[in-house]
This record gives sequence, structure tokens and C-alpha cells, in this order.
Amino acid sequence: MSARDEILAKVRSALDGVEPAYAVPPAPRVPDRGDLAALFVERVEDYRAVVTRCAAPDLAGVVAQVLDGARAVVPPGLDLDLPGAVTDDGFTAYELDRFDAVVTRARVGIAETGTIVLDHAPDQGRRAISLVPDLHVCIVDAGQVVADVPDAIALLDPARPLTWISGPSATSDIELDRVEGVHGPRTLHVVLVS
Amino acid sequence: MSGTFVGMPAFPTAAREALGDTQLRRNLAHATRTIRDKRAKVVAEVEEWEELRLAGAGVKEAALRDLATHLETLEDSLTRAGATVHWARDAEEACAIVASVTKAQGADEVVKVKSMATQEIGLNEALEADGIAAWETDLAELIVQLGEDLPSHILVPAIHRNRAEIREIFRRRMGAVGRPAPDGLSDEPAALAGAAREHLREKFLRAKVAVSGANFAVADTGTLVVVESEGNGRMCLTLPEVLISVVGIEKVVATWADLDPMLRLLPRSSTGERMNPYTSTWSGVTPGDGPQEVHVVLLDNGRTRALADDVGRQALRCIRCSACLNVCPVYERVGGHAYGSVYPGPIGAILNPLLNGVTDPQTASLPYASTLCGACFEVCPVRIDIPSVLVDQRAAVVDSHRDDRIPKPEAVAMKGAAWTFSSARRLARAEQASGLAGRVLGRFSRTTLPGGQAAAGRLPGPAAGWTSARDLPAPPAESFRAWWLRTNGGTDGGQDGGGS
Ligand code: SF4
Repeated sequence: MSARDEILAKVRSALDGVEPAYAVPPAPRVPDRGDLAALFVERVEDYRAVVTRCAAPDLAGVVAQVLDGARAVVPPGLDLDLPGAVTDDGFTAYELDRFDAVVTRARVGIAETGTIVLDHAPDQGRRAISLVPDLHVCIVDAGQVVADVPDAIALLDPARPLTWISGPSATSDIELDRVEGVHGPRTLHVVLVS
Repeated sequence: MSGTFVGMPAFPTAAREALGDTQLRRNLAHATRTIRDKRAKVVAEVEEWEELRLAGAGVKEAALRDLATHLETLEDSLTRAGATVHWARDAEEACAIVASVTKAQGADEVVKVKSMATQEIGLNEALEADGIAAWETDLAELIVQLGEDLPSHILVPAIHRNRAEIREIFRRRMGAVGRPAPDGLSDEPAALAGAAREHLREKFLRAKVAVSGANFAVADTGTLVVVESEGNGRMCLTLPEVLISVVGIEKVVATWADLDPMLRLLPRSSTGERMNPYTSTWSGVTPGDGPQEVHVVLLDNGRTRALADDVGRQALRCIRCSACLNVCPVYERVGGHAYGSVYPGPIGAILNPLLNGVTDPQTASLPYASTLCGACFEVCPVRIDIPSVLVDQRAAVVDSHRDDRIPKPEAVAMKGAAWTFSSARRLARAEQASGLAGRVLGRFSRTTLPGGQAAAGRLPGPAAGWTSARDLPAPPAESFRAWWLRTNGGTDGGQDGGGS
């Protein structure tokens, strides 16, 4: 018998006499927290990420200011005029390692947990570009912010690779002291556009 | 047998040794207190936490009860998404699959995301024997690997090490396997994390093959989920050309929507955060993004054994958050090594016997490594009733000795008790003897219990094991039956039973 068939047969015999149908209690919803954008900003800042709020027409200027001359890579669909930024062209990991910063948009923001989710569509680029550079500038539209995790799950397409980001890379492995910045971007700068 | 450290002594021996290590006890007390407080704070923030736990337990229970169907669905969705699915009956098969995929790439090294399943199967050692270097990339795993040490906690495997010890390990060992630690490295956690970043970056950038586990595997979409903090997971899941994920068959959840309660429960229970810094999900191969060859190894290695146990089955709901370790009074004092397995603490005390059986003395000692205080059940995000499973496993240990040629002292004592209790005359005689012992102890004993009752100190013979760490209360000088007779059921006003 193949390993597959043997394991499946063992599973079936282990569950012999166990009723397979099981009613899962529904997951509760959080109560209405009011201004989602404000909660989102507060919770993102709790992770020691930086948040700047701006109006749509000022976006390019604000991002350029955040970059402050850093050598930035951007995804092909970013649709933002950033002088000096280089569009991703399938760079190798070594080439990406020479960029200081990356600018992406996002798919959804979660207010309750201060999380940003990327689904790596063309305005966010493939996963590697938002990982290797040390500064991640992430543009989130206020309209993209949802209340909690279940709202995000309902919006997201599992067929796409997803990256959920809650603050900069961090570790608590040394005496359980939280340290920001290990392998992922050590600085996360969120620009919230309304 | 796997998932247990070879040659470990049984729990009581290992625990006694650990208790003598004051540095270890200080490190552990500090670390577990910190994480307990963090968890309590973020859990208190969720008013509906108990309902969320019920939902989380329900998602996992439902997946387990129809596991064969979900596994077939998972295999199907993964294959359609471009992944290659392998099945492994045991540790040896799983390791052989990982080695052969790696070798087919002509690679002699892999980068690894922290994964309990790969530790359980001893993958690093197996790959090394095959000439493949496996680099752990999680900071705590790196500390353990460089220190040639054993992990002692599910989430923070180097919890037993403090910053000064970590600095020493980095200074002495990093240079031998790659970029050395910088000169003048301090013991500030930020500096130590910085040294790990520099050391591992060259490995991430050049790696061709990565090995991961998965926190969840979604059957209907073929999605694997890795929850992490440092970004080492993202590096491994994104940069290499080939990704091999070793996934225990109990990691399955039925649907994409099932991730909701799980992703709300896990970070708060585990690191005490509203959400962990990074969660990656992927379904097979995405053209032009990330690994273009994706392998998934579905691992049994004792899980079907646990699944067949009607009481113990619930242990397979475990999402490895480690909350039960951090609240356990036994774990807090002895640390993880005493459990002799990659799964320490309360969950380890039930999971190891369930996966492996209680045939060896080390595993058979684990169900007793608990005070049954119930703190673990209270914090468990998927409501595993660990105390009940512990009691049930104790019964399994006793059962496994039923046919022994030389019975255990408890078995002899219990047989004797049954013989005594089954006859009124024999019982009365035993009570007289016990009352005499009580009067003697009451007069001469130097040990007293809180409340003033006299107690026996350390007894000789087979009872020594029981009394070496406990006080045995002195028996009352008069038994209940004797008192009843003497006082005509209490009606003669004979209140004083004497003795206690
Ligand atoms: S048994 Fe429960 S509390 Fe313990 S690690 Fe597993 S999920 Fe967490």
C-alpha cells in the first residue's frame, strides 16, 4: 500500500464510529468601534510603525519626503510619480538588497489589529520587493480599512499569495524583550490617504 | 519513536537536575512572567474571548472528525495549484523525501523556517547525515543550533538562555558557519538581533531550497499559512526557487473562512500581540512570484494513533501557541528540557504519549509531570482539556503494566486494599492497626501539617518515593466505624473521637 493510502486508511479506522458532521459555533464579531481610520492609525503606531495621513493630491509629495532621497524600488503598477525610483524588473535577491526602500500600495487594512495585507497585485509587486529593502513605505487608502480579521478574510482571494504585515519585523526571542527589526524591513512607514 | 530526545532520563530525574540550576530558574521565571502578563493584557481586550475560543475549538474539531475527506480535498486543491504532494508515514520517510527533493536541485544546503514538525522528525540531523546543511533562521532556533543545545519552549526555544549567554554563543560560533559576529558585540537584544540579521542575510540571498512547516493548511483552497515575527519566514518562503513544507495531517482546516477565529486566537495566545508582525499565505505556485517549485509533505508520524484515542484526540487541535507552557507551575520551575521532547510543558505531557505510546519509561513518566491544577485548560485557545487527557494517559500507563511479571508496588498495594475492603472483619482489623499508628505518630511525630495534624516524615521501603516530597497525614486514632459503634451513631454525645 502506498503511504498515502495507508495514512488515509488509518485515519478512517481511527475515526470509526465518530460522527463526521460537527456544527462549528460562529466566531463572534467585535462591537462597533466608531472611526476605523483613527483606530487603524492608533493600532499601527502601537507596533512602533510610523504613520502619516495625507490627502490624495499630496500623496506623491508626502512619499518623496518620507523617502528623503533613499534609493527606492517600486512595483510596475504603483501609478505614482516618484523621481529617482526604479521600477521592478525582475531583480535578483542580490540586486534588491542594494535598494534602501520600497514603495507599495496594499489590498486591505485591519483596524482592530493594525494590520496591512498585501495581495501582491501589480500596484504592490511580487513578494520579494517588499521584503528585502530596509524601509517599506506602504500606501493605504482610508476606504480600504475594515474593522476586523473576518472582514479582511472575506475580501481576500486565497488563490493569490498574501502577506499580512503588523508593524516592522520584530523578535522577542531574547528574554522576551521585543526588538524591532530582524530580517524584514526594519522601518514600516504607512501613508494613509483620505 | 521520534520527537523525543534520545537518551533522556524520565521526567522526575531530569526535573530534579533542572531544579538545581538557579540560573535556568531565574531565566525561566522572568521569561514566563513577561509573556503571561502580555497575553493577559491582549486577551482582556477581546470581550468575546470565550466565544472566540469555542469557535476556534470547533473549527479544529470539525476538521479532525472528517479528516480523511479534508486531506483528500487538500491534496486535490494543492495539486491543482501546482504543488507536488507527498505523504510520509513516519519521520524517516518524511526526511527522505526532503533530502531527495533537495538533492534533485543539486543543493547542499537549505534555509529553514522554525517548524515544530521538522524538529519532531529530526530533519536537521537526517539532512546532515545526507551531506546537506540545514540552517535554522529563526533567532531562537539559531541560538539553539549554534549553541549545540536543545530547544526548551515551543515558541521561544532558547528561553533558557539569557542575553549574556547568547552573546557568548554568537561570538564563539558564528564565524565557524558563516559571517562572524561583529567585533565588540554587546549583549543588548537589539545588537544581538542585528548580528543575526547580518549573519543570515548571505544565507537567505543565496539559498536555492527552503524548508518550512505550516500553522494551518486550508483544504478547500490548498493554502498554507505561516505565522511569524522576524521576517525570516518571508525570506525562506519567497526568495528560494524551491520550497518544501512539512505539514502534520492535523494542521488541516476545512475552509478559507475557518482561518478567522484561528488568526485572531493564535497571536494573542502566543506572543501576546494583537497580531504577529508577519503572516504569509500561499496556494501552490504563483508564476513570477516566489518559489516556482512547491512541495508539501503530509506527515502522520503517530498522529493517526492519537486520532484513534477518544479522549486524547482533542490534543490534535493544538495550534502550538505555547500559552499552556507559560502558565504551568511545573514548566515554570523545571523548564522544557526535563520533558525530553520537542513538545514540552502540559501539551508535551499528553502529546508525546499519544503520538508514541507509553511503552518507554521516559514517555510513561510524562503524564505525571503535572499538578492537574487546570491552568493550561483555562488559557488554551482551542480548549484542549489537558488535565482530563493527563488523567486518562495515567490510566494508560497503569494499564500497560497489567501483565508485568513483577507488579509495581502501587499495584500490590491496590490489590491488598481491595482484599481488605472486601471483608468487614479484615477492614476492622486494619482500622485497629491504623488507629494505633495514628496514636503513636500523634505523640512522637516531629512533622506537623498546617492546622496542627501530626504527619509521618519520610517512610522507608516502597513508600519512600511517595513521601520524599510529601507529608503523609497521621491516621486518626479512631476509625469512623469504631466511633459510630462507641457513640451509637453520635447520639451518646461522644464528640471526642481522639487522635486528630
Ligand atoms: S495545548 Fe492549547 S495552549 Fe497548549 S500549545 Fe496547544 S493550543 Fe496552545
